[in-house]
Amino acid sequence: MKEYAYFPGCSLEKMAVSYHMSTRETTRKLGIKLNEIDDWNCCGATTYFYIDELLAYTLCARNLAIAEQTGLDVVAPCSACYKNMYFTVAHLKKDPDLAEHVNFALEEDNLHFTGDINVKHLIEVFCQDVGPEELKGKVTKPLTGVRVAPYYGCQIVRPQKEKEDVEQPQFFEDMLSAIGATPVNYPLKMRCCGGSLMISSRTAALSMVRNLLQCAVDSQAAVVATACPMCQVNLECYQQQVNQEFGTNFSMPILYFTQLVGLAMGIPAKKLGFGKEFVTLAPALLQPGQVVPVPD
Amino acid sequence: MEKKEKIGVYVCHCGTNIAGVVNVGEVSAWAADKLKDQGVVIARDYKFMCSSLGQELIQKDIKEMGLTRVVVAACSPHLHEKTFRNASKGAGLNPYLTELVSIREQDSWVHTDKVAATEKAKAIISGGVSRVIHHEALEPLHVPIHPDTLVVGGGIAGIQAALEIADAGFHVYLVEREPTIGGHMAQFDKTFPTLDCSACILTPKMVDAGNHPNITLLTYSEVEKVDGYVGSFTVTIRKRARGIKEADCTGCGICWEKCPKKVVDNVFEAGMGNRKAVYVPFPQAVPKYPVIDRINCTYYIKGTCKACEKFCPTNAIDFAQEDEIMNVQVGNVILATGYDPFDSRRITQYGYGRLANVFTSLEFERLCNAAGPTGGNIVLRDGKTAPQVVGIVHCVGSRDKNYNEYCSAICCMQSLKFAHLVRERTGAEVYNFYIDIRTAAKSYEEFYHRLLDEGTHFIRGKVAEISDAVRLPGEEGKLIIQVEDTLTGNQLRVPVDMAILSAGLEPRRDSKAVAKLFGISCSADGWFIERHPKLDPVATVTEGIYIAGCVQGPKDIPASVAQGAAAAARILGKIQQKEVALEPVRATVNEAQCSGCRICNNVCPFNAILFHEDKMVSEVNPALCQGCGTCVAACPAGAISGTGFSNEQILSQIDGLLFLNIPKKEAVAA
Repeated sequence: MKEYAYFPGCSLEKMAVSYHMSTRETTRKLGIKLNEIDDWNCCGATTYFYIDELLAYTLCARNLAIAEQTGLDVVAPCSACYKNMYFTVAHLKKDPDLAEHVNFALEEDNLHFTGDINVKHLIEVFCQDVGPEELKGKVTKPLTGVRVAPYYGCQIVRPQKEKEDVEQPQFFEDMLSAIGATPVNYPLKMRCCGGSLMISSRTAALSMVRNLLQCAVDSQAAVVATACPMCQVNLECYQQQVNQEFGTNFSMPILYFTQLVGLAMGIPAKKLGFGKEFVTLAPALLQPGQVVPVPD
Repeated sequence: MEKKEKIGVYVCHCGTNIAGVVNVGEVSAWAADKLKDQGVVIARDYKFMCSSLGQELIQKDIKEMGLTRVVVAACSPHLHEKTFRNASKGAGLNPYLTELVSIREQDSWVHTDKVAATEKAKAIISGGVSRVIHHEALEPLHVPIHPDTLVVGGGIAGIQAALEIADAGFHVYLVEREPTIGGHMAQFDKTFPTLDCSACILTPKMVDAGNHPNITLLTYSEVEKVDGYVGSFTVTIRKRARGIKEADCTGCGICWEKCPKKVVDNVFEAGMGNRKAVYVPFPQAVPKYPVIDRINCTYYIKGTCKACEKFCPTNAIDFAQEDEIMNVQVGNVILATGYDPFDSRRITQYGYGRLANVFTSLEFERLCNAAGPTGGNIVLRDGKTAPQVVGIVHCVGSRDKNYNEYCSAICCMQSLKFAHLVRERTGAEVYNFYIDIRTAAKSYEEFYHRLLDEGTHFIRGKVAEISDAVRLPGEEGKLIIQVEDTLTGNQLRVPVDMAILSAGLEPRRDSKAVAKLFGISCSADGWFIERHPKLDPVATVTEGIYIAGCVQGPKDIPASVAQGAAAAARILGKIQQKEVALEPVRATVNEAQCSGCRICNNVCPFNAILFHEDKMVSEVNPALCQGCGTCVAACPAGAISGTGFSNEQILSQIDGLLFLNIPKKEAVAA
């Protein structure tokens, strides 16, 4: 049985609760045990590293130090949490002076960060540790005919790990194929969703979201699959504003990949957090196993 | 010590190269004083020991003082060992009684602390003195040179080399893996910067090579094994079965006309065109005989067809023909095996293989070649639409740490040539995306200026992405090249109809295996290493093996031709000498001590050690051994000793380096 230390991150508490629910359900079905890190705190999100680097590293290092005690790899479902933790491990290993400062602070909490831990994104667990072959074996209701845009976002493959293809990765597509869906060619799959620019420069961020939605429409996708709460919120919750701003008429469902995987494994939609969407889903999507007509 | 040696120590200033860091006067005075007991009778320092005055200084001492050993402390033995050995020889001392120790590369060039560097120079000299005592007088080995030469690779470099040697009256075996000679040059349309037709200047040379009485042309053949050493190599060549009786074939072309099986030609046409299952790669191929491609031929797949056999007017088809293995004797070898183009698929963001109208440079060469699949029409992948806007991306796979760090040297000029051809033939707007323009050869810069005058757009920036994702009006149906114009600092999205990736050059995929076969070395990149990067670019460290053309590193046609001719000239010089003197510094196996474990067989970088199955002992081929000492160190039984690097020599050198040859008190006082 695969076992990981699990860092859900703040978003999954409320805003992305459907990601949390579907993660729990799908991993259980795949025989993966996720042990939530005890007394975890915020990762610093997209902004803290630019305000106080040392404190931001300490925030992440605290979670990592707690996770280290379990001896397990830590997994984060949110791309920003993943990136912050991954960079913290990398930088603290490389910079003993920084590590000393951070550990001095952690001593207050009787913690110590050694750097002896791997950080993984949840999608890596699905695509690499489990892999498409095993996933395929668990599918009972394949999403045949559902055209899905695999939206990686900009953080999952940054930084590059070994020889990984960071420009045109294919693992998301392979996973979607494994659950019977049709991954569409989505040229902007690696482009930024705007992130927290939505707060500081909304017009610019809305235009980024518009490009992503337009590209999904052009690719004839029925749904966009994401692996990050920030991406999901920007793409889904701001669709109305995009439509107002640019006079467009988008109505593109944005789901977490775990929700699609869950549907394909026959988990009831309700358990996967469905029902909280802003954009109405095609009813066919919620009845997997049936052939969905390809939109023209 | 049986007899007292008289040793002279000579410390070189090398201008300020050594004297700027090492106190040479102090070092030489120290050697004269402290190494007296070792036999040092004289120690001198001089501004340039390698100059004729410096050499005369040593010769004078040998003659007048009767020196029996010489230690020169100067540069690396790679540079001047020969110089000083010859100087000693000129004064009547056996050259192998002279030791050159490096206080430049291993001392002054790598240290800044003058005091410590001076101490280190003393240690190095002390080691050299302790070692030279154990040197023996050696005589070089003379071996005869077989006058025939093997040239591997029938591209322009190999053809040039073969013709030079053959024209001088000596025999050449020209071995080529493909069914025809000509190499990459035969695929090109025009050559830069003069824009003369590539085939027009190449095919006469191909025909000459094919008809030359002194050239045995072995195409569709590969070298399988190389034994022997400079002057007498035995080379095993596999002549693959063409399925054609060459004696009967007239090259009339009826067989490939009648062959019903069409195959995509991924080699000569770079996947842009078709050939038949029995084929010649192109009409001017040399030799004229076709080849039956057994993987795709219907007869070999299903056992029926034989259309070619039916129609052949001279009964030259032979389906049962088998590979032929032949052994040839040669004295020297030229490797001119060329390059592979960089695989543009590796840069996924450029979309080659995913986006139809992204072309590689080799594809484009075929596209604009009058003998190519479109008859020279520059059209999109649909085969009919002429592009209105074309983007040419430079440095694809070159000057990029993710792929190859080196500059491929030809891509700038190749891209400029493409730009010219596109404008000339289609009138399309052309954008060149470059990092730097490098046109450093005769008439190249002028060609660049000609392109500037022709109105080609030049944008200085590394292309980030080629995509078909439309964002702005006017981009529909186009490929969008995303790039930062680094001269204005603006991000640009340039919509084009066709993108050409100017792919760099890479070593042949099997270059490492070929290097091992011939006992030479590759750089980490895979290019073959020359004996000296500046002064000996066509020889290798293995005597008798020469390199020419792109196998040594990326280069254009003029440079490849020059290297081919240069390698030929070197070999002609050797052939004229009729015999070659080999360094006597080499390893020998003591048969009584050899356990037959064969460890040495594998470690030898020159394939110089053979194994006698009957006696279960290894033997070093003295003509092949380069005296590197690897086997000596590797032998677990201590059965191999090397002249010039015996245990005695090495251990006393170590003692010397540690000043163990000098009483402790004095060493400290130094």
